[in-house]
Formats: sequence, structure tokens, C-alpha cells
Amino acid sequence: MNLFAAIRVALTALRVNALRSALAMLGVVIGVSAVIVMVSVTEGASNAIEEQIASFGANLLIIRPGSSAFGGRRGGAGTATFMNDEDVEALRNEIDGIAAVSGEMFGTSTFVADGVNWTTRIQGVHAEYFEARDWFPSSGRSFYSEEVNSGARVILIGQTLAQELYGASDPVGQIVRVGTTPMEIIGVMSAKGESSWGQDQDDVALAPITTVRDRILGYDLGVRDPVFTIYAEIDASADPGLVTADIEDLMRIRRNIQPGAEDDFSVNNLGEFIRARNETESQLGVLLAAAAGISLLVGGIGIMNIMLVSTTERTREIGLRLAVGAKRADIRNQFLIESVVLCFTGGLVGLLIGIGGAAYIESLDQFPIEIQPSVALIAIGASAFVGIFFGFYPAHRASRLDPIEALRFE
Amino acid sequence: MTASLIHCRNLTRIYKMGENEVHALRGVSVDIRRGEYVAIMGPSGSGKSTFMNMIGALDRPTSGTLEIDGERLEAMKPDELAAFRGKRVGFVFQQFNLLPRTAAIDNAALPLVYSGISASERKQRAEARLRQVGLGERMDHHPSQLSGGQQQRVAIARALVNDPAILLADEPTGALDSQTSEEILQIFDQLNHDGMTIILVTHEPDVAAHAKRQIVFRDGEIVEDRT
Ligand SMILES: Nc1ncnc2c1ncn2[C@@H]1O[C@H](COP(=O)(O)OP(=O)(O)OP(=O)(O)O)[C@@H](O)[C@H]1O
Ligand SMILES: [Mg+2]
Repeated sequence: MNLFAAIRVALTALRVNALRSALAMLGVVIGVSAVIVMVSVTEGASNAIEEQIASFGANLLIIRPGSSAFGGRRGGAGTATFMNDEDVEALRNEIDGIAAVSGEMFGTSTFVADGVNWTTRIQGVHAEYFEARDWFPSSGRSFYSEEVNSGARVILIGQTLAQELYGASDPVGQIVRVGTTPMEIIGVMSAKGESSWGQDQDDVALAPITTVRDRILGYDLGVRDPVFTIYAEIDASADPGLVTADIEDLMRIRRNIQPGAEDDFSVNNLGEFIRARNETESQLGVLLAAAAGISLLVGGIGIMNIMLVSTTERTREIGLRLAVGAKRADIRNQFLIESVVLCFTGGLVGLLIGIGGAAYIESLDQFPIEIQPSVALIAIGASAFVGIFFGFYPAHRASRLDPIEALRFE
Repeated sequence: MTASLIHCRNLTRIYKMGENEVHALRGVSVDIRRGEYVAIMGPSGSGKSTFMNMIGALDRPTSGTLEIDGERLEAMKPDELAAFRGKRVGFVFQQFNLLPRTAAIDNAALPLVYSGISASERKQRAEARLRQVGLGERMDHHPSQLSGGQQQRVAIARALVNDPAILLADEPTGALDSQTSEEILQIFDQLNHDGMTIILVTHEPDVAAHAKRQIVFRDGEIVEDRT
């Protein structure tokens, strides 16, 4: 019997019991739509994470004193010696494969303009900071290394700070008092939005590290030209692992760490860190996948149940078909196709509902959602799988019937 | 004597029911030639249906040899038996056994579906057979829209559609009134007249009288075989 004829037989059989067929496929409908919502949510989450990585600057290494900043032990940071401008210079000059490198230190200061007061974070950075973090002014300009060397009183402000101090008017060219130091605003940074832990990354000001250190914060940290953190952007063509190792070697020498002794600094690749954290977040995905899997399983059991009922009801029909020459495979395929057609129809309905559900969640704006065309393949694949997997036993059982007994069945 | 179409020797069939064994056939030997018209008679439980199922390749003997149309059936596997039934025998049952909610023409064409014949040829051949049994006007009717006699005609058309070597009918008139029975038997008579080998089971002597040979079963054995 050819496939086309078999599908027609299956469709007829399903139409005859339209209500029962509809109820039987309900489980698959729910299962497939759950799978689609699940996939859209996980896709959306992993996209959001990639965006986060990009917002830090791709291939960004973060060098800090103290042992690993991301491990369990953070205690070292305060006690270990600060790095300084010479470390930044050494990295720039002695390590191959670094595209941009900048130190950073920060503190809090009060900004005053036209009688408006705003207290927020000020970061002192080197000129390559912008490139290293892949973050640039949306108007005005960033500062040059000459301005860093000379301790120029220039400053860039984030979007939030610009809004707070100047409202709608253009801050570029204005003078803002930072603590007691008047500084010229040379640019406004592009918007960065919230960080993944909810901090407003646009509520900030950036100035040459020399200016911040000497004029604004005036910390005495017991180190000449101290730097809290060094950001190094790895050249796209370089091997991140090698560059990291080179940096570690150099820093060990510079910080006089004996062979075998523990490092008192850490070099972290933020991209890797975020991807690692992604694995914890993907536990949500696992949970959703489990829920979707269970609903598909329940759907499959529903299909199996209805197929068992259907094959039992049609025992005489099976006997007759066997009597007029149907082979076991013909009978098995007939019912397999019936269950696949049933699941497939359920899968299509589930696809529509799933897309609708994902679109609804997206409209709530609570979770990042990504609806991909490949969900159609998933729907087809999952429903065909359920149809074959759960339809097999009833179909196989039907094909094993004895024709005489089947014909006599009441 | 010409070679037999059906040739069986010492056929036995034992049904095992837990501890008990039912000897439905106890060594049946018979030859039936092409073109014969045979009525099988005997009391209830004497093994008539068991014998018919054997010849129809629906069942296999417990022992003995069975050769039909040159093929040995006793050792065939289920799918080989299915292929044999699909090509060589046509069944007519007491209960018609038509597919419900399925047009007469599709019911009649059912065996062709399993012998790999194209849809257009299936339609053509089923139509021809339905016309032959006098149902040319009822091709698209469903079984529920047909009388018992008409349903049995559809079943006969279905049995004939594969051009079988033998037509087997197990009490084909058992569910019909005498008037309708007579009409069905006339179809059988005509078929036999045209050369079809027919074996039919019946309890009624006047039905058996249509056949040219009567075989009587009792307790799983042939006790009478007269022409
Ligand atoms: N599947 C089976 N399992 C057990 N015993 C069976 C089975 N089929 C038939 N028998 C037994 O085999 C014997 C012969 O049965 P069979 O159906 O051949 O009789 P029959 O001559 O056709 O009777 P009837 O005229 O009532 O149709 C009976 O005793 C019956 O009970
Ligand atoms: Mg019987």
C-alpha cells in the first residue's frame, strides 16, 4: 500500500472520530507549544547574554590585584599591592596581541552645574579605555593620551549624568565643577543601559586618570600612580589563552612572585566568565525543557491510549484487511501513519499556539524572547517523534493479530 | 484425472485451550479440482470453518500437507500466507465484513490496495465486479445505505476483484432471508458456470443443492463426499 493511500485512510479514520481525535491531540498541542515557548525563552536568554558580553567589550581581559575576583575567595583584593601606570605601560609595550589597554580607578564625587547638584561615580582612565571597552562618545570626543599625560581638566559624562545636570540642552563645551575642580565637558558617552545586576551604567563620568587621581580624589594609597583595574582588549587575531598567559608571566615578574608561589593578582576573561554564569542561568532552560518534555510525554501517552482504543475498536477491520492480503507491515504502517498524522496536526496547532504564547511573553517585556523560524522544524520533529514513538506499540500490536480471531472479534 | 487445485492429506488442527486440546480437524484428506462447486455441510462444531480457514490460508494446519494451486501452504510464514490470500483466494463471510462509512467501490477495491495496483486500475476493476454482481448503480453507497443482500453482493465483488483461483464462502446466506439467499446463490451459480471454483459452507440442504459436490463433516472428519 503506498504512502499516499495510507495517509488518506488515516485521515478518514481520524475524521470519523473528529472529537476524539481532537482530544487525543490536545496533549501534543500543549507539549509542542511548551517546547516552542521554552526554545524562544532560552534563545532569548542566550542572546541577551551575548549582548552583555558585547557591552563589556568582546575579548576583554580584566586584571586586578588579589586572587581570582570571580572565584569564591575575594578577600585578597584589598590587601594586595595596587598596580600602577607602569604596569599599564609594560603591558602595552611588552605583550603582543593586545589591541588596547587602560588602567582604571574610581571614586565618588559631586558634580555641580548651573546650581544643580548630582553625586555619582567618576572613573579615571587612560586614553585607550574607550577602545578597550568598545564604548565611545555619542557626541563630542574622547580624550587623547597627551591630555592624560598632562592631567588636563577634561571630562566625558554618561547619558544619565547629562540628563540630570543639563536636561535637554547640550552639555558639550560646558564647564562642570567636580568636587572643587572645574572641568570642561568634551563629550557625552553613548547610552549603555543597565548592567545585568541592575546598575545604571550611564550614571558616570570619565576623565583622564591623572586628573582624577591628583585633583579630584587625592587618595594616598601608598603607591605611585595607582590603578585599581587594568582592562586589556585582545587583538582579534591573537589567541586569548596565549595573551592571558603572557600577561600572567609578565605580572609575576613585575610583582616579584617566586616560582611556585600563589599569584597576588588575577587575569579574567569576562566573556568566559559570563558564559560560565550562563550555565547557571541555563538551569532555567533545563527546567523549562523538563516541563516541555513532560507535557510531550503526557501527550504521547494520550496518543498511545487513543491508538490502543482505536485498534481494539477496529479489530474486525484489521482482521478483514489481513484476510484480503494485507501484510503485517501494512497494518502496522496504517496505524503508525494514523498516529503520526494525529500528532502532526497537533504539532501544527501547537506551533501556532507556541508562537502566540512566545509573542505574548515578549509583549510583557519581562524576559528576552527570540522566536526563530527553526521552531517550526522543532514542532514537526517533536510531533513526528511522539507519533512514531508512542504509536509504535499499538500499531505493532495490531499488526500481530491473528486474522481469524480478529474477524470473529465482537 | 487432471491435477487437483486443492490437494490435502491428513490435515489436523488442534486448538490448545489451557489444559484441554480441541481436535477441530482429525486427518482430513480431500482433492478438489479446478471449476468444482462444493458444498460443505455438517453439524455445528464439526470443523467446517476450520477447514475453510485452512484452504483460505488464514490458518495453518497442526500437521498434514496442504497444496493449493501448486503451492505448499503448511510451512508458509504469516506474510507469505497474506500474499497468497491476497492473490489466490476470495472470501465471502456470513457477516459481510464491509468497512463501515466506506463506499461500495472502495470496499470492493480493498484487496487491490494490498497488491500494489494503481488507484485508477483499482477503480476500474472494482466497478466491473460491482456491475457483475448487479450493483452498478450503487457504487458510492456506504454499507449502512445498502440492504443485507446488497452488502453481500459488495462482499462478493470484493472477493472476486483479485481474480482468485477459489471463492470461499462460509455460510454466505446465513444472515439473509430465503428470497435474497436465492439471488446470491444465482450469482454463485453463474460464477461457477463461468469457471470459478467455489466452496461454500451451509447448514441448509437446498443451498447445498446448488453445488455439484457435497462434503459432510462430523467431529473433524469427512464422513460423506458425494457428487
Ligand atoms: N480459536 C479457537 N480456539 C479453540 N477452539 C476452537 C477455535 N476455533 C474453533 N474451535 C473449535 O473447533 C471446533 C470446530 O470449529 P469450527 O468453527 O470449525 O466449527 P463449524 O463446523 O464451523 O461450526 P459452525 O457450523 O457452528 O460454524 C469446535 O469445537 C470449536 O469449538
Ligand atoms: Mg463455522
